[in-house]
Amino acid sequence: MFAVVATVVILVGTIVTMFYPMLTPGMHPKLEKLMPYTALQLAGKDIYQREGCNNCHTQTVRPLKTEVMRYGDYSKAGEFTYDRPFLWGSKRTGPDLARIGGKYPDAWHYSHFEKPTKFIAESNMPEYGWLKDSKLDPSDIEAHMKVNSFPYTKDDISALASKTELDALVAYMQAIGTAVEKKPSLATVAVTDEKNPLEGDKKAHELGEQLYKQNCGACHGDDGKGGIGPSLRDNIWLNKDGDIRDGQIYAIIANGTANGMPPFATQLDKNKIWSIVSYIRHEQQKDK
Amino acid sequence: MSDYQYDHQTVKGFIVSSIFWGVVGILVGLWISIQMWKPELNIPPYFTFGRLRVVHTNGLAFGLGIGAIFGISYYIVMRLTKRPLLLPKLARFHLYLFNAAIALAALSLFAGMNQSLEYAELEWPLDIGVVILWVIFAINVFGTIIKRKEEQMYISLWYIIATVIAVAVLYIVNNLAIPAGLTKSYSLYAGVNSANVQWWYGHNAVGFIFTTPILAMFYYFLPKSTGLPIFSHRLSIIAFWSLVFAYLWTGAHHLVYTPLPDWIQTLAIVFTLFLIAPSWGSVVNGYYTVGADWDKMRTNYLTKFFIMGITFYGLQTVQGPTQAIRVVSQLIHYTDWVPGHVHMGTMGWVTMTTAASIYYIIPKIYNTEIYSVKVANTHFWLVLIGQLMFSITMWITGIQQGALWKATNPDGSLKYTFMEGLAKNYPFWQLRSVAGVIFTVGMLFFIYNIYMTIRKGKALATSQA
Repeated sequence: MFAVVATVVILVGTIVTMFYPMLTPGMHPKLEKLMPYTALQLAGKDIYQREGCNNCHTQTVRPLKTEVMRYGDYSKAGEFTYDRPFLWGSKRTGPDLARIGGKYPDAWHYSHFEKPTKFIAESNMPEYGWLKDSKLDPSDIEAHMKVNSFPYTKDDISALASKTELDALVAYMQAIGTAVEKKPSLATVAVTDEKNPLEGDKKAHELGEQLYKQNCGACHGDDGKGGIGPSLRDNIWLNKDGDIRDGQIYAIIANGTANGMPPFATQLDKNKIWSIVSYIRHEQQKDK
Repeated sequence: MSDYQYDHQTVKGFIVSSIFWGVVGILVGLWISIQMWKPELNIPPYFTFGRLRVVHTNGLAFGLGIGAIFGISYYIVMRLTKRPLLLPKLARFHLYLFNAAIALAALSLFAGMNQSLEYAELEWPLDIGVVILWVIFAINVFGTIIKRKEEQMYISLWYIIATVIAVAVLYIVNNLAIPAGLTKSYSLYAGVNSANVQWWYGHNAVGFIFTTPILAMFYYFLPKSTGLPIFSHRLSIIAFWSLVFAYLWTGAHHLVYTPLPDWIQTLAIVFTLFLIAPSWGSVVNGYYTVGADWDKMRTNYLTKFFIMGITFYGLQTVQGPTQAIRVVSQLIHYTDWVPGHVHMGTMGWVTMTTAASIYYIIPKIYNTEIYSVKVANTHFWLVLIGQLMFSITMWITGIQQGALWKATNPDGSLKYTFMEGLAKNYPFWQLRSVAGVIFTVGMLFFIYNIYMTIRKGKALATSQA
């Protein structure tokens, strides 16, 4: 008798806050642009779960101003329809990943998984380069696709045989959060003809060097001669074959580019960005 | 009635097993705390932070927590019903199965078999094992209570019954999944809905593993060890019903500012605030019980364990609801504040109360006294200092993190990159590891004391035989 009463008492809150909502369409939304995971992406998501990435990375941007500035548009309910279960996480030892898809080029991810400290000197993220030593198991992934009822072709599956676990994880990274249109950052700046106000300022040049090494060097090379990103000392940038003005460099750093360079305006204030421009200009002098 | 009827061997077996898994869980905890500031200690594939963290949480929640709950609940049920367990042999099988399941669970988590549901990480074959374990527990608890030789049902039995029912419902519903092979499954629930189900489970697992069975211990062993009757039975009953009613509404406070519908979040926040009342019902009951004779804090070494334990429960149940409020959640959610909060509950309330219960039971079983009150006191002060240092350090760094994430420059841009915020955590994370070492040394004093008491008891039994 007591047990029955206790059960009923326990179930009231359960029904109101858990079972009832489950029956409403509000709990099962889907954005129009949301695509099911491809075989390679699903394999990557499985690896993300296996390695417990969600212990340190969240996948939900809260509708708070600074959070939207840092990561991108806040998370929508309809973005997670194909996640069984959700992978929002509960702790941000590392940054949120809800908008990581398309933020960096693939090459950045490969290199960063291999050695996170190459990009972020003080990072405490473990290295995951060892994932490239394990090949994927196509039949396993096919079974997983079936359970999820995701569409696939025979070719999709056979193509997996030549891929590594790291390939899959990078593919998953690039898929996360891409159902939401990328909005221009809240801090987008226009290209101007403005001259660098810090030109010739030695302090700015020193600060710029330090900031360049922290934020730019891993992609553009510590010497500026390129790597994952293009060289900043080729003929176009040296204005031998082009006409790139200070204001343009400023805007590229602030806004990022469509080719995979992330925007820095939310992380670096005006003074810091101009300092980096100073440093880039200074380095270019060596080639002129 | 001979003592054999009370089947002390099974109780002792669970207690010793839980201590063993506790040591494993604590050492893994120390390891991952150092990985936070020394990433070189990640040894792939089996020993990276992502895999070890779940070994730490599962090892302690299920190995130490549930193991101790099984053993101590059996002890309490037998005493309060004045009869042996209904099926002592089944209880013995329960003990063996428990250890096999925890060992397999640890191995599967090292191997990365992980459902990615917090505190429900185990894959489906192990879930079935857990359900079998729980059914065996339920049969013995309910069977023994139905056939009890004492008409009155003391409040501890109520809490144990509520635990058995609630955990069964929570665990089964949240773990429903479609298997995709022996070691992988996909949840029956997707997206926002799965988040709601998971935190309904996650929060109430805390409620019905770290609260109700521990309150059962508190209500039984506090009067037993002090000789003071519980202050108010009526208060304990009111607190019980309001607690088990309100708890199940509150899971969504873990999902504040996520895409979960607002009304579920708000309802959860409101009920979370209400929960302060029943929680403090038990706190007040504990204080007034010992209030009849505060001298017990000095004269009886166990009293301070229970009083500090219930004090941390009281602090925990005020801090928790505070965190649920939107404006506070904004600042501290996703930061290190949260592990600080959790560890006050687990290291302060749960471990302290459980250890005190074990200090009471083990000498009783062997008809002797504790090996050393001095060692127990050293244990008490070390775990207290370790836990306070841990939690306070994490609260400070959590607030700092939250503030740095929100800080902006006059021109509106963010003041700190994510990495600049993270780098400021390093000294705090190092301090936390030191706190963990102090706590661990305290627990070693506890284990030594229990080991010596058992040795003493065994020697006594042989000399009498």
